[in-house]
Amino acid sequence: MIADRTERVLGRVLLILALVLTLIPLVNMVSAALQPADVNPTGLAWPSDPQWGNFVTAFETGHVWELMGSSLFIVLGVVPVSLLIATLAGYALGGLRVRGGRAVLIFMVLGLTIPFEALIIPLYYQAQALGTLNSQWAVIFPLIGLFMPFGVFWMRAHFVNVPPELAEAARVDGAGLWQEFRRIQLPLAIPAVSALGILLFLWTWNQFLLPVVLIDDPLKRTAAGALTFFQGQYSLSIPLLNAGALIIITPAIIVFLIFQRQFIRALLRGAVKG
Amino acid sequence: MSRHETLPTRRGGAPRRVGRTAGGSGVTGPPRPRIARRAGAKAPARRAAARGWFLLLPALGMYIGFVVWPLFMGVQYSFYDWNGVGPATWVGLDNYVKVFSDPYLLGSIRNAFVLIAFFTVIPITAGLMLATLIRSLRPGPFSRASQTILFLPQIIPLAAAGIAWSWMYAQTGAVNEILGWFGLGWFARPWLADYGTALPAVGLIGSWVLTGLCTVLLLTGIGKIDGSLYEAVRLDGAGWWREFFTITLPGLRQEIAVLMTLSVIAALSSFDIIYTSTQGGPGRATLVPALSIYRIGFTQSDVGLASAFGIVLMIMVLLCVLPIQRLSKAGDR
Repeated sequence: MIADRTERVLGRVLLILALVLTLIPLVNMVSAALQPADVNPTGLAWPSDPQWGNFVTAFETGHVWELMGSSLFIVLGVVPVSLLIATLAGYALGGLRVRGGRAVLIFMVLGLTIPFEALIIPLYYQAQALGTLNSQWAVIFPLIGLFMPFGVFWMRAHFVNVPPELAEAARVDGAGLWQEFRRIQLPLAIPAVSALGILLFLWTWNQFLLPVVLIDDPLKRTAAGALTFFQGQYSLSIPLLNAGALIIITPAIIVFLIFQRQFIRALLRGAVKG
Repeated sequence: MSRHETLPTRRGGAPRRVGRTAGGSGVTGPPRPRIARRAGAKAPARRAAARGWFLLLPALGMYIGFVVWPLFMGVQYSFYDWNGVGPATWVGLDNYVKVFSDPYLLGSIRNAFVLIAFFTVIPITAGLMLATLIRSLRPGPFSRASQTILFLPQIIPLAAAGIAWSWMYAQTGAVNEILGWFGLGWFARPWLADYGTALPAVGLIGSWVLTGLCTVLLLTGIGKIDGSLYEAVRLDGAGWWREFFTITLPGLRQEIAVLMTLSVIAALSSFDIIYTSTQGGPGRATLVPALSIYRIGFTQSDVGLASAFGIVLMIMVLLCVLPIQRLSKAGDR
C-alpha cells in the first residue's frame, strides 16, 4: 500500500515536471516578447513593465494581415479540394471497391514515405515550367498532390467500414451513384472528413519547406514560411521576434483548442483503423 | 433496359434488409439478398467500376502530377550535371558517388541518424511513461488538461519551435538560467553555438515536439487494452513496473510501430527546426541531408547532385521504415 502511494506521488511529480518542461519554451516566448524592444532580455524573468505594445509593433511591421491573408488563401486552395478528391477516391477504393483498387492503394501508400525534401528540387523546376513559381499556386498544387496518399488512405479506411448493405439498399431503391453518395455516404463520412480537414489545415498552415523554396516574397508564403522573414527583420530584437512568432502560431493553437476533442478522437479512430 | 425492369421487383425487399442491419433480428436469413445480388450484378457492376475509376481520377491525377512525375524528374536530374539554366551533361552515377564520398554530405547523413535517437527513442520512451502515468489518474480535468498541454508543441510550426528554442538555448537564455538555480552555472554555454552540444540540443527540440504526439497516441492505445488483463495482473500483486512490461508494452506494439515510422521520417528529413535554429552550424555540426539538398540545389546550383541526394534520402527513409512495418506485421501473426 505504501509502495503504491509513493508510486502515485512520484508519478504525479514526474507528470507535472513534463508539463512544466512542455510549457517553459512557450511561456518563455511570451515573457521575452513583453520585454522592451531594444533590450536584450535574460532568461525566464517576467518583465517588470510588460510591453504589450510589442505585439502591435510586430503586427504592423510584420505585415501580419497580409501574411494571414496569404496563408488563408493557401489553406483555402489546398484543404477543400484535397478533402473533396480524397473523399471521392476513398469512396471508390473503400466503398465501391473498384477493380484494381488494391494496386492503386499500394501505389499511393508508397507515397506516404516520400519526404518532401526528396521532391523539392524537381518541384521547383516544375513550378518554373508551369509559371506558378513565386505565387501561392506553386505551393497549393504540390501540397494537394502530397496530401493525397494520407488523405485517400484515411478516407478509404472510413468507407471500408461502412456496411455495404446500406449502399445496396439505396441502389435498390433506385438511387443513382451520385444520390447514394450524397444522401447516404456523405453524412456518414462527416466525422472522418472533418478530422482530416483539421489535420490538413494544420499541415498546410505549418508548412515551411515548400513556401520557403517556391515563393520568393515572404509575404506570399504560409504563416510558418514567413517566420524566416521575421528572423531577418527582427534579428536585432529578440522581443519583437518572439512577439511576431507568437502572433503566427496563435491561429493554429486556437483551432486546436476549439477542435481538441475531435482532434484526439480522430487520432484514436485512426489508430483503431491502422 | 430489361435489367432495369428487375429493379422494382426487388424494391420490396429493400426496407426489410435495412431494418435487418439496423435491428439485427436476422429472422429472414441471408438467401434473399444473395439472390438479388446475383440477379443483375454484372453490367451495373461494370458500369459502377467505370464510375469508380472516374472518382479516383482527380486524386490519382494530382498525386501523379505533383509527386510521381517530380520524383521521376528527380531521378532523371540525378544523372546529369546541370546548373539549372545552361545545358546539362550526362554524368552517369557520378552524383551518387559524390554523395557517398563527400565527407560533408556523409557527415550530414550521420547527423540525421544521430537525430533518430532524439526524435524516436526519447519521445517514445517518455510517451510510454507519461501515458501510463496519465492512465493511472482518475479521468477528469487534470488528465484532460495534461493531454492538451503535452500536445501543444505538435500544433505550432516546427519553424516556430526552432525560434523559441534558439532563445531558450542562448547564452543569456532560460536553460543557462535554470542551470544556475541548481548551482550548475559553470556548465552554462551557448548551447547551439558549441560544436559539442549543438546537435544534441537541436535533437532535444525534436523530442520536445514529438513527445506529446507519442503520449496521446499511446494513451489511446492503452485505452484499447482489455481492462481485465490489468485486474488480473493486479490481483497477482504486480506493481507498476510489472504491469507495464507484461501488459502495457506488448499491447502497444501497433502504436509504437506507427510512432517509430512517423518519427524516423521526421528525424531523417528534418529541415524546419534546423533552418530556424542553427542553419546547420556551428561549422557543419548540425548539417542534415534536407539542408544540404536545399543549399546544394539553390545556393550552389548543382541540381544533379542535389537531386541525387534527394533520391538517396528517400531510399534511406524507405530502408529504415520498411523493417519497422514488417516488424509490426510479423508480431501480429
